[in-house]
Amino acid sequence: MADELVLLDFWPSMFGMRVRIALAEKGIEYEYKEEDLRNKSPLLLEMNPIHKKIPVLIHNGKPVCESLIIVQYIDEVWRDRSPLLPTDPYQRAHARFWADYVDKKVYEVSRKIWTTKGEEKEAGKKEFFEIFKTLEGELGDKPYFGGETFGFVDLSLIPFYSWFHAIETFGEFNIEAECPKIVAWAKRCLQIETVAKTLPDQKKVYEFVGQMRKRFGLE
Amino acid sequence: MGEVKVIGASLSSFCCRIEWALKLKGVEYEYIEEDLRNKSPILLQYNPVHKKIPVLVHNGKPVAESLVILEYIDETWQENPLLPKDPLEKSTARFWARFVDEKCILSAWDACRAEEHEKERAVESAQESLGIIDKLIEGKKFFGGETIGFLDLVVGSLPNWLKFLEELGGIKLVDAEKFPSFHEWSKKFVEIPFIKEKIPMPDDLINYFTTSGLAKTIRGSALANNK
Repeated sequence: MADELVLLDFWPSMFGMRVRIALAEKGIEYEYKEEDLRNKSPLLLEMNPIHKKIPVLIHNGKPVCESLIIVQYIDEVWRDRSPLLPTDPYQRAHARFWADYVDKKVYEVSRKIWTTKGEEKEAGKKEFFEIFKTLEGELGDKPYFGGETFGFVDLSLIPFYSWFHAIETFGEFNIEAECPKIVAWAKRCLQIETVAKTLPDQKKVYEFVGQMRKRFGLE
Repeated sequence: MGEVKVIGASLSSFCCRIEWALKLKGVEYEYIEEDLRNKSPILLQYNPVHKKIPVLVHNGKPVAESLVILEYIDETWQENPLLPKDPLEKSTARFWARFVDEKCILSAWDACRAEEHEKERAVESAQESLGIIDKLIEGKKFFGGETIGFLDLVVGSLPNWLKFLEELGGIKLVDAEKFPSFHEWSKKFVEIPFIKEKIPMPDDLINYFTTSGLAKTIRGSALANNK
């Protein structure tokens, strides 16, 4: 039976990118549907009535929501190829912990930087460096968070790299200067075909964020 | 299967989940109570990132974050599985666990802490989340189906916490008429012996909040305002 897969997504969403990378890693074909978040489709509202958010993966008509839950679902259904999580329970717990850390910290602090001004923005920048210093500590000397190969934590974090140019321009700081290890790691990930093909151009994201800022009255 | 320790706090709704999971699987463990106002070197060593409980330490290796710990326990000890085998059902359980942690608990706190003029709306919002949970358990013995599952352990301490928040905030959240299925499940769940052994009790929570002076810091608190 052929699988029918539809991904409801929004091109600059870091959360959507995670799912796109996972599907690409597994070599799975799917239909991509771009959502207009200011005018959500009936399909999105039907498939994710609780949060009304993207990404949503619809597999043979049944929805799976929340990006890290979707990635684990993909890993479990297509477990015959390119594993995204380790097999050992302790290593899996370690990967889940750090992906959860990324979820809890990185999005909020990034958003704080491009949506605020003055003292709040400065506080956001300080927090951003603290969070990324912690992540650099976890990465250590490994090529990837997953060790020798790109894994679950790498996948959960790398989409934010496509937002770095926007964050550092509107935040007026240089991420590479403060977090060289993270930028080196990101560039290493961009050598991977599935990642390079999935991540949008940083300039495009920058323009998108600029438009959002105008809408919020920040420009 | 090795040495297991749980670093926790007996009033935490996140910690009891871990102990229930271990008991359900017949795993022996050593329990270490933390004083959250004076965190021990052990806690800071085992959870340097968040410095929070619960932490499970298995053969000297720590696992933190309650939902991560529950999945680790489920994958390590096979008896009485918590999560379904089917990937879609598993994803659904994970989704609802996050919903409970991110919406139900938070919205109940918001309702408790809300100022007078915001209270009605905050209570409505909290009840909306409870209504969703009520629908989930409708017609079922447990969230896990015929047996206790992942979601039962996650929701488990919510009934007592809601009673506590109702008293703290002078509000009514759980209505047996509005949420009959949740009410039915709550009544039975808290009486299950191994659950009852280790569950935060509303009176203990009230005590802790009033004696520690935390009640006064909560705006709109009925206890702080001596209602």
